[in-house]
Order: sequence, then C-alpha cells, then structure tokens
Amino acid sequence: MIRRKVVLHFPREKVDKPIVSKLVRDYNLDFNILKASITPKEEGLLVMEITGEDEDYRRGVDYLEACGVEVQPLSQDVARNDERCTHCGACLAVCPTRALYLDGESMEVVFDREECVACELCVKVCPPRAMEIKY
Amino acid sequence: MGKTIKEINERIKSGKAVVVTAEEIIDLVREKGVGRVAREVDVITTGTFGPMCSSGALINLGHPRPRMKIHRAWLNDVPAYCGIAAVDIYLGATEMAEHDPLNEVYPGEFRYGGAHVIEDLVAGRKVRLRAEAYGTDCYPLKRWETELTLQDLPDARLFNPRNAYQNYNVAVNLSDRVIYTYMGVLRPNLGNANYCSAGQLSPLLNDPLFRTIGVGTRIFLGGGIGYVVDRGTQHHPEVPRTPRGHPRRPSGTLAVIGDLKGMNPRYLVGYSMLGYGATLAVGIGIPIPVLDEEVVESASVSDEELYAPVVDYSVDYPQGTGRVLGEVSYAQLRSGEVEILGRRVPTASLSSYARAREIANVLKEWIRSGRFLLTEPVELLPCPDRDRKGGEGS
Repeated sequence: MIRRKVVLHFPREKVDKPIVSKLVRDYNLDFNILKASITPKEEGLLVMEITGEDEDYRRGVDYLEACGVEVQPLSQDVARNDERCTHCGACLAVCPTRALYLDGESMEVVFDREECVACELCVKVCPPRAMEIKY
Repeated sequence: MGKTIKEINERIKSGKAVVVTAEEIIDLVREKGVGRVAREVDVITTGTFGPMCSSGALINLGHPRPRMKIHRAWLNDVPAYCGIAAVDIYLGATEMAEHDPLNEVYPGEFRYGGAHVIEDLVAGRKVRLRAEAYGTDCYPLKRWETELTLQDLPDARLFNPRNAYQNYNVAVNLSDRVIYTYMGVLRPNLGNANYCSAGQLSPLLNDPLFRTIGVGTRIFLGGGIGYVVDRGTQHHPEVPRTPRGHPRRPSGTLAVIGDLKGMNPRYLVGYSMLGYGATLAVGIGIPIPVLDEEVVESASVSDEELYAPVVDYSVDYPQGTGRVLGEVSYAQLRSGEVEILGRRVPTASLSSYARAREIANVLKEWIRSGRFLLTEPVELLPCPDRDRKGGEGS
C-alpha cells in the first residue's frame, strides 16, 4: 500500500476529458484532490494524494502518462522554523488536514509533515512567521 | 493564621520556600485540601504569553555631538513618538514601518513594526536610527543617522500601558466572508473560535479580586524583571463573576514596566496579524504570595471553572453592540471544540499555553533559588467586589 502526493499537469487539449476518474474504476486507486486549477488558455493543474497497491499505482501513473498527463511528485513543502514557533495555535484555525494539531499533554503545536498538503494557509496566518515555504 | 510577605521572603532567602505553579496547585488542593496547602505552600507562580498590543519601549537615545532636540525619529524605518524631552522617544509595538502597504493589498501582511524592532533590540541585533530636528540654540544638530544596539542606549524600558488581561473574548465570525482581526483569521459561519488567555495559569485569573497583585509588585516581564506600575488602561473590575469571584468577562488589566536590557527574545516576540497589524507577544509571570486560605482558594481554580464570553467579530464587536453569544469554559476551549449556537466549532488559541507554563516554571525556579524576592504592593488595584467582600468578612 502506498500513499503519494503528486502534481498532474494536463495539456490544454486534455482539460475537458475525464481522465482521473479511471484511476478509481480501472486501477483500484483512491485519490483525494488537494488543489485544482484550470484556466481556458493554460494547462490544467491538479494536486492530489493517491492511495493504493504499489502495482496499481505504477499502472495508474503509466496510464496517466499515456494520456499525455505529466506526473510529478509534490516537491513544494512547508517547513516550520522551530526557533520562531511560540506554540500559540493560531494556525490550527486554518489548517485543513490537521497536519498542525495541539498535543494535549505538552500543549505544544505539533507539525506532522506527512499530513501537510502544502496549501500554505498557515504561512501568513502564523503570527511569529514560523511557517516557511520550501521548494 | 496567615503569613506575611516578609515571612515568605525570609523563607525564600533561606532556600526553604515551597513554590508551586498555578497549574500544580489545582491537583495539590484536590489532594490535600485548601487548609493544608495554605500552610505548606509559600508562593504560587502564574504565567501568560500572548499578543499584547498596548506595549512599547521608552528609550533615551543619549545625545549626539552636537546635541539634538529630536523632532522626528525612526528605528529601522518605524516611526517613534518624539513629543517628549530632547532624546527621549517612545516606540509603540503596533506602529508600522514607513511605506508598509498596510491593508492596501488586503489582507495586509504587516511584517515589520515596532514590536519587531523591540524584538531585534532585545536579541542584540543592530537597529538603524534616523532622526530629524529643526535645531535650536541649545540643540543645534538637525540630522542624525547611526546604527545602534540595545547596549548603546543609556535607557531602554519596556513600558506597557495595558497587559495581562484578566480573561478575554472568544472571537467568532457569523458573517459569510472570512474576516481578519486582532483575534486572528475568523472563517465564515462560525468556522472557528479563537481565544486568548492562559486560563488557569493566567496571572490575574489566579488573583481575581487583586488581593496580592498591586502597584509595585515585582514580576517576570519578557524574561527579565519588571514591576506592576498601576492598573492598566481599560481596567474594568465591575463585571459578572462566578460564585468564587472569577470574572466572566474581560476585566482587570496591568500597566507594567521593566528594563529591556535584562530581557530575552524568547519571551518578547514580534507578531504579524494578517489583515490587522503588528503586535508584541509578551511573556509575563506573577508570583502570588500565599497569605491565607482565600489566596489558595482563588488560585486553585481550574479551566473547568473559568468562563469566557463568545463574541461575534463580524458585526457585534466592530459596531460595539455589546452582544454576547454565550459563554464557554477554558476546559472546553482547550479540548479543541466548543458548542456555540448549537454548532460544534473548532477552537484555536492566540495565547501560548506551553510558553505560559514555561514562564510559571522559570519564575518558580527564580524564587526557589533565592534570586527573586516578593514585594509588598504599595497600593491595591481598584476592585469594588474585593472591598465589599472585605467589609462583610471583618
């Protein structure tokens, strides 16, 4: 079983075709869309997390590439500057995936990078500016 | 029976004082009872760490040669108030650097303001001073630009007119758009509830009627030593209270002062509130002398018994309607979810409980090791409920 965050780039001519739905139907893969943007003149962009068996994942990616979709691992990352974090918790109000959560014992804010989908909402909301974008 | 501050200080000096934090005392009282704890414990330490806008630095720059009567001054491009004596200036925490776009691109980021200058100074970093004057016979210099550090300043005091709010609002948003407030980002339709108090660890919630904290009380301020100099601005002690005397609304406040030179940037942090402005996160710890059982009774309060009012920041707060949507306890707030108007709403805090706890523990160690003695208040802060209660009791 694997779980990967990927960025899919759709060429302009493929934007209006149903492509990713087949990942579920034909390749037994589950996906969770984290971010999507399509504009008429540009390519489509989809950030999603794919979960499934290793073999299914490989076949699924082959299928996407055969359709002309470019598949990239999600390289953008949010990191926390632990020196600056004061553990106030202002970020908890905006984090959509609970990658940032409060540990009830230490009362410190924990940052679980595995759960982070790099939406960046916490970056500007953090009062001491402890959340940073890494490329 | 009862102890005096003088007796407690003797025990501190001889290294025998028993000091516990306002968090530790809760279980201690549950276990041993108020009477025994009042006999055994000498000092209870409290702590809080959160954004406190009404803060700033009172600085004397020392005279350049020739001398100068400063008319306008900027530290790292943040304007300071110069309408006092020749080289005295006041740098407010929320003042923004000149040319900051503020909210022109909404919501503004407010990355660098007076609070950040104060943090830079305390961290020992160089700060650029720019000053202008019209020139007088006794003070002829008209322009002065230099780089300086905290150590170069003859005097630098943190002087905060309103800190350590006793209880505070829980902010929510009933409108259908995101709003950006001094209480953080509030998502539409009760998307989140933000609060800002250390609750059971908070200094003034542990001395609800100001029986021990008064003018002249020595405190932990920004990692150094400070003093309570007066009630803070907006000190409103006449509010509804719980049966044990704890305020159910924002109530008392403190004006505090302390030497910036002894402070630590871990406890004095420049904050940027998206769409709102800059502010200073201040760490404050106040010792409460165990004079009698009533002190212990008040300080053993737990988050389950402390309540904060829920206020809508989309209409009610900005328009000043005074409407309160309900009350929630700090225990509920800290659980991560509260019920407001029949809805489950996730909570977030602006006050760092972890750092409040750290401050209470640092102060505890200072007192235990004998390097921090308690002071007798010169005058108590205004509180009609205390005065009425005192009248009944005697």
